[in-house]
Amino acid sequence: MGGYILKRLLSAIPVLLGITVIVFLIMAMIPGDPATAILGSYATPENVDRLNRHLGLDRPLWQQYFIWIGNLLQGDFGRSFALNRPVLDEILDRFGATLVLAGTAFMLCAIFGIVAGVVSAARQYGFADKAITAAVILGISVPSFFLGMMMILLFAVKLRWLPVSGMYSMFGGGDLPDLIRHLAMPAIALSLVATGVVARLSRAAMLEVLRQDFIRTARAKGVPERRVIWGHALRAAMVSIIPVLGLQAGFVLSGAVYIEIVFQWPGIGRMLVDAILKRDILLVQGGVVFVAACYVGFNIVVDVVQAWLDPRIKT
Amino acid sequence: MSLFLRLLFRNRLAGFGAVVLAIIVVLALITPLLPLHPPNVTNTANRFLRPLSEGHLLGTDHLGRDLLSRLLHGTRLSLAVGFAAAVIAAVTGAAIGIIAGYAGGRTDNVTMRGVDMLMAFPYILLALAIVAALGPGLMNALIAVAVVNIPFFARNIRGVTVSIAHKEFVDAARLSGLGHTRIILTEVLPNVVPVIVIAMSTTVGWMILETAGLSFLGLGSQPPQADLGSMLGEARGALITAPHTSVVPGVMILLIVMSINLLGDGVRDALDPRLRSGALSRPMAATLVDRDAPPPPDAGGEGLLRIDDLRTDFRLGKRTARAVGGVTLAIRPGECLGLIGESGSGKSVTALSVMGLVASPPGVITGGAVRLGDEDLIGAPYRRLRALRGDRVAYIFQDPLATLHPLYRIGDQLAEAIRVHHPVSRAEAWTRAEKLLADVQIPNPKGRITAYPHELSGGMRQRVGIAMALANDPDVLIADEPTTALDVTVQAQILKLLDDLRRDRGLAILFITHDFGVVAQLCDRVAVMYAGRIVEEGPTPEVLKAPAHPYTARLIACVPELGTGRRRLEAIPGLPPNVDDLPPGCAFAPRCAKAQADCRQGEIPLAGGTRRVRCLYPEVTLEAAQ
Repeated sequence: MGGYILKRLLSAIPVLLGITVIVFLIMAMIPGDPATAILGSYATPENVDRLNRHLGLDRPLWQQYFIWIGNLLQGDFGRSFALNRPVLDEILDRFGATLVLAGTAFMLCAIFGIVAGVVSAARQYGFADKAITAAVILGISVPSFFLGMMMILLFAVKLRWLPVSGMYSMFGGGDLPDLIRHLAMPAIALSLVATGVVARLSRAAMLEVLRQDFIRTARAKGVPERRVIWGHALRAAMVSIIPVLGLQAGFVLSGAVYIEIVFQWPGIGRMLVDAILKRDILLVQGGVVFVAACYVGFNIVVDVVQAWLDPRIKT
Repeated sequence: MSLFLRLLFRNRLAGFGAVVLAIIVVLALITPLLPLHPPNVTNTANRFLRPLSEGHLLGTDHLGRDLLSRLLHGTRLSLAVGFAAAVIAAVTGAAIGIIAGYAGGRTDNVTMRGVDMLMAFPYILLALAIVAALGPGLMNALIAVAVVNIPFFARNIRGVTVSIAHKEFVDAARLSGLGHTRIILTEVLPNVVPVIVIAMSTTVGWMILETAGLSFLGLGSQPPQADLGSMLGEARGALITAPHTSVVPGVMILLIVMSINLLGDGVRDALDPRLRSGALSRPMAATLVDRDAPPPPDAGGEGLLRIDDLRTDFRLGKRTARAVGGVTLAIRPGECLGLIGESGSGKSVTALSVMGLVASPPGVITGGAVRLGDEDLIGAPYRRLRALRGDRVAYIFQDPLATLHPLYRIGDQLAEAIRVHHPVSRAEAWTRAEKLLADVQIPNPKGRITAYPHELSGGMRQRVGIAMALANDPDVLIADEPTTALDVTVQAQILKLLDDLRRDRGLAILFITHDFGVVAQLCDRVAVMYAGRIVEEGPTPEVLKAPAHPYTARLIACVPELGTGRRRLEAIPGLPPNVDDLPPGCAFAPRCAKAQADCRQGEIPLAGGTRRVRCLYPEVTLEAAQ
């Protein structure tokens, strides 16, 4: 297992390099001159030249890339001109909030998605199956940002159960119950689409597994049906559910952008949208690379879990 | 009937999606012709009018603009941008996929690596980076969404192209001297188009949602022009005071995406024949029982397991296949009864019906009784069946690789078999499991007990299967072709093992096989099955020496004899009949050389005493054989 983890870690290196190349090339498409964008159109040509030299923008593209990646490896993501602080500091400040939100949403989609899928498959064509299928169709079609707004209307404005937005109360909050009250709506809104997708694929995976011969063997042994479903069948179905969960982590990270805007959540997604609107290119660049790298890291974890669950994978 | 309803339910959803989508698309198309307020004319005196106001059916927004007009214009824009993004992504992705898949080799490798890199991003993040570079705007959002979805198409289409590029007709085109471009356009592309259409139908909804999302963030369409996403984004500021301005565009996005998803699912289901046949139904915990007559009275007798006039059907839509058509068998303790027949003769279904293990749907037990001691197992409640399964009646199945759970250690699988029937500790169960492995002569049971099934050889796996069946010292063992998947030397060892076990423990064995050689080695009596019925039954040596039914005679003639290479092996002409369309009279008559006119009509009884045959013109008269 240790060897397998090492192998997976090594294989992530080219992927990470590819990600930096793609981000770098996209940013190189920016029309015009970044220095002018930073200094504004009233800047003098001398100042523009100086800034270009300072940023290394007068060199050929490939040199710029290696300078940039060299700095990245030393933890220097550059400086955000709009916030006037190091990009990495800003990202690290924001990342915790996104991690809490996306992590919670991911747990919700994994747990409820799998449970719904298993129940749906076990009661195929029964009432529960039809209800879950209908809920799934609705769930995967509703835009998360619209759902978030409607939840605010219902639970915060009308019923006054939960706070409208933010991560902590302005006054006298800051403890865990306060965080949970603020987290409930955004996490549920964020997880809904992913829950629907996981439920749907779990149902399909379970139906496929339940037809296998080893399920008949379990029944022939006299294993109780509940254990056949939640033990034997789910254990085998997890092998195809786990990769889907890996994909959903990407969807949850993406959707966090909308949800952070709707609920004023102080995370990386909101930071990125603000940075794009202010054309704070280094912050966008750093944020995208950082989140993409986290996603690659998470997928390594997924692969390792998969290998641990399935002894047939050669580790 | 229920299958029909299910199909209807599925189709109705797709139909509903199609109707809703059609209405929305038509409305969007004729929007410029409708008598609407201009969408961008502001009138701040009439801000935030509620729906159903005078002259404004859906009310007005924060600048007093008519919401209905803005909604329809926004829908137009969102649909156009979403479809455009889908077309761009599909065309570009398909081109990349076809070229990579057709060229193969290094081109394929490099391209697909690039595609994998793009897929390593959480997808919105990539779109954000592109919009950041190009600047906010609807066109740039369109490009971003299209680019983000290219890898999905490229990957799918490449897969299909690779499988087509090596087909005979493409080779033929190449040999006939056509250029690569011609081949791609005339041979590859037509076969790939349906895949592109399916992929588009399942992703266009997402793309509409994604562009609306970018507009919602303020990165797509810019004021005063508005698609549904930016309408929602602008309305957010007045969410609490004027919620209708948010609800109107939000519900429209929901309707569009949902109708496209429903339609896409319908298209995919319709094109996937596996779903249509209902083959993806999962089998239930016990076979359905639907007996139209009360079970036959218990005739008694010395059999421990007595199958009496058992009938099992497969209900496949409107067709009903009679898999088992009234089978009667009895097995005494310590006896081994062979049940022999070709594949499809109903022998396995008979065996699985005993403990309600026939996959259901489609299997239904429609008549008869299976008695264990004095108890009728057909129609017994599930709890009772479960308690008997593996405890009193145990099964050994054919392919031990498929029938053992691939992800559990064999020790856990054996221990579980014990623990579901006996309240013993895990450690105690493992100790017994090790003993069981030793009983079935697995060398080094201590080492093997922690192995996974894929780490064992076929013969070892089948020994594990037997050990599992013996875990609770059952009274009846039902072995469904346990040696068919094994090679001959291993087969002989397994048969020897079963024979010893039966003598030592007094097991009653029902041994299902298609091999007379195996029957001769192991079984005291043999029953021959054809098209769901027993056609001959009797003590093994007598049946082998002088088969009475023509079918039995032909089956025995099919078995090669070692050392006597002279005899001609005779195949049976024709094929076994379809069990959903059986001829009247003898089912074997169409293949039988001796068939007369009266063979093809009426019910032919299974007649005789210890030897019985279902034939009007048997090969030997049974009195003579006895």
